[in-house]
Amino acid sequence: MGKKTAFRLGRQLLRAVVILLLVCFVSFSLTVISPIDPLQTNIGQAALGSMSPEQIEKLEQYWGMNTPAPERFLEWLKGIVKGDLGVSLAYRQPVTDVIFEKLSNSFLLLVFSWLISAAAGVLLGMIAGAYRRRLPDKIIKTGCMVLSSTPSFWVALVILLVFSVWLKWFPIGFSIPIGVIAEDVRMAERIQHAVLPAAALSLTGVASITMHTREKMIEVMNSDYILYARAKGMGMGKILFSHGLRNVLLPAVTLQFASVSELIGGSVLVEQVFSYPGLGKAAVDAGIGGDVPLLLGITLLTSVFVIGGNLAAEILYGLIDPRLRKKEEVSKT
Amino acid sequence: MRKTGEKERNRRRETLVTTALLVFFLVLITVLGVYWKEDALLTDFSRKNLPPSLRYPFGTDFMGRDMFKRTLTGLSMSIRLGVVTAAASALLAGAAAVLAVNTNRAVDTLFQGCVDVVMGIPHMLLLILISFACGKGFFGIVMGITLTHWPSLARVLRAEALSLKAKPYMRLAGKLGVTKWALIKKHYIPHLLPQFFTGLFLLFPQAVLHEAGMTFLGFGLSPEEPAIGIILSESMKYLVMGQWWLAVFPGAALAATVLMFFGLGQKICLLIDPASVQE
Repeated sequence: MGKKTAFRLGRQLLRAVVILLLVCFVSFSLTVISPIDPLQTNIGQAALGSMSPEQIEKLEQYWGMNTPAPERFLEWLKGIVKGDLGVSLAYRQPVTDVIFEKLSNSFLLLVFSWLISAAAGVLLGMIAGAYRRRLPDKIIKTGCMVLSSTPSFWVALVILLVFSVWLKWFPIGFSIPIGVIAEDVRMAERIQHAVLPAAALSLTGVASITMHTREKMIEVMNSDYILYARAKGMGMGKILFSHGLRNVLLPAVTLQFASVSELIGGSVLVEQVFSYPGLGKAAVDAGIGGDVPLLLGITLLTSVFVIGGNLAAEILYGLIDPRLRKKEEVSKT
Repeated sequence: MRKTGEKERNRRRETLVTTALLVFFLVLITVLGVYWKEDALLTDFSRKNLPPSLRYPFGTDFMGRDMFKRTLTGLSMSIRLGVVTAAASALLAGAAAVLAVNTNRAVDTLFQGCVDVVMGIPHMLLLILISFACGKGFFGIVMGITLTHWPSLARVLRAEALSLKAKPYMRLAGKLGVTKWALIKKHYIPHLLPQFFTGLFLLFPQAVLHEAGMTFLGFGLSPEEPAIGIILSESMKYLVMGQWWLAVFPGAALAATVLMFFGLGQKICLLIDPASVQE
């Protein structure tokens, strides 16, 4: 690794940190300008009316309504550095604890769907690209079109309907069986509860990566070295794996890193359908219930994922395409 | 675009016919939805929980509401909302891109920063945050969708505008004392227009899907309002009781609508992009 590359990496990293800071600022500002009164949403008008002014003031203190916004923002930032994101108003626990619990539910779901959609997408894209304008390509292309036009939560609903309600193969919702203490749950049951959400989530992510890989694969198939390989009498399978896969893999991985945002967005909707107690559902509940610290905490964490993913994609782009580096230098002048 | 030759002209005519058909269907859905708005809210307990039949193609729900009319009303709202928000978002993208290229570096940096921030927060969470900032409700969804969809198009347009700016005739025009406004009006806008429309049509499906997602999650419209997301989230309660039609048909109708938008976008791309006319 040369000095230049190290410098570039450093700059990209710095940029990611700056973006993260801006994200903190923007998301905090958004919660500040909200006209939603946390007291009214969480306690209710009637209960509020029957309280004494002292009680109300105490509650306002608890929800941090009397401190000016810039001061709160600085407090919050200081807390972040120390690893303290405040206390979730609805759960009455530190936000970090709540997030950790929810993330441990969501993490497997996210990782598995991410991997499955990548693997399936690359495979399908390669097949479609290799058999361009023939039946497999037509089927895959149509499937992708339909899939990307279908809301992810509806896909999840239909999967739930078919496999849980009709076939009764899988439980209807939640991450563990009802009425069982969390510690007693076996891993098998956890997995059983996560299969359908993971399937729904992978399905929604697969379309874009398939189409992207297909384009790349068409490029590869039109190249001279494929023509040569064919002329030598190389079989289709061998061509796909020794030439196709190698050329297609890196762009696919890059795209997959850049699409973390969609993955998390999908998980928000899918978890809602399956009542899966993960990060996405927690974000929705926090948004509806006005639990600002939790909402901000989840935004921050998921933004770290997204920005990290984008950073990884950018670095990979640089590896694939040295022209990009040069272009950057040109556009700067 | 005005290439002649038998084959190409046929292809072009075909595309035009499909485009007209797609527009017709989308307008039909929109108009019917508005027309049936009253019927969609009508409850009639003598016909509740009916499975799909000729009279009620999508069945009825637990309050005896005609799901077909309800779905159409929801779709109609989705389409209208999608058109407005996608257009607003695309205009925002265009204005931001032209501004970033034609002013000083500070503005350009600000532009890049905005793009990075919007793209750095997961889309769904940003929608939730903006909806929260606007006090939820209909307005929150409109603002959310408008403010979150512009970056990708803006990036494309900025790159396009930058390459235009570097063209010799543009530099010459600048040197000859043509004002910035005149340049924008005479060169930037006409040059960016095809990209702009392509981007706009690609934005519709996303806007519609996000609107459905947000209403599904319970942000925005009130529960009796017939929005597609609300219909589907309501249907979840009745899935276990075997009322599959409440979930299947409205969702499929939404997917079909979005698919029509996709198709329309592709056809329009073919029609306005000179390079693809021959294909």
